[in-house]
Amino acid sequence: MTLFNVLIVTVACLLGVGLYGLLITRNLIKIVVVLQLLVKSVVLAFVVAGKVSGHPGIGESVAATIIVADTIVAVVALALAVQVRIRFGTLDIPKISSLRG
Amino acid sequence: MEIVPYVLLSLGAVFCAYKAVRSPRLLASALYLAVVSALVSVMLFLLGATEVAVIELSVGAGLVTVLLVYALSMVGEDTQDPPSYIPKPLAFVLVVVAAGLVGWMTLPMLPLPQATRDLLLVDVLWKQRALDVWIQIALIFSGVLGILGLLTESQTVTEDEIEPEALEPVSAVIAHQEAGWRKAEAASEAEVRS
Repeated sequence: MTLFNVLIVTVACLLGVGLYGLLITRNLIKIVVVLQLLVKSVVLAFVVAGKVSGHPGIGESVAATIIVADTIVAVVALALAVQVRIRFGTLDIPKISSLRG
Repeated sequence: MEIVPYVLLSLGAVFCAYKAVRSPRLLASALYLAVVSALVSVMLFLLGATEVAVIELSVGAGLVTVLLVYALSMVGEDTQDPPSYIPKPLAFVLVVVAAGLVGWMTLPMLPLPQATRDLLLVDVLWKQRALDVWIQIALIFSGVLGILGLLTESQTVTEDEIEPEALEPVSAVIAHQEAGWRKAEAASEAEVRS
């Protein structure tokens, strides 16, 4: 088993765990955590792809951009979750959608 | 023997990711996420992507964890994760299919060639992909503005909630005082007349 295989299996496992969490989670803050897990696997995949294709700089550049964008997504999502908790008193997504009237 | 540290780091990262998903407490999930981020950044460092590893460690394991803990301190730890609507076996099967497709389509793609470090990250980021840098700057400013707006909005919300309750007792006190003054005036007028 080569290094490339190990890394791709790691990416697939992290992606699978993240997707599983996204399917079974109903808490807004937990969803932010699970999205972060998914993005970790994507960053690893981009760096491995850049290294394999012989252009590591491009993969690392895209990975850095993804990290910045994902952090902003996490920041805004957490702020929205805090606001939802203040206004609705819950973080459960079905309860929030049923409160729409 | 070269792949042994990668295998250990991978097992640790996947285990911590599973614990982060399955942990009933949100604070434990946030801390497991920080451990996953640290392990992934060590893997990136071993792969030669040192700059990305540093960014991942400082931002992914540091800033995001601090933000999560801050949000949890504002929200409270009493928010348990409710049971999901999707049956867990169905979710497990779907995820195994998706991850299996990723591995099946990616693994036989190409053997590992010798990586040529022809262009460094600095050259690519500042010369070829300068637009990415501007997008990152715009994203950072939009994130800061969003946080400022949302935090100030939360302060006004609390003031709005407090004001009607606080005004009512004050008006009642004023009315009570005015009634007392009128009684005193009436009493003094009655004394003068008598």
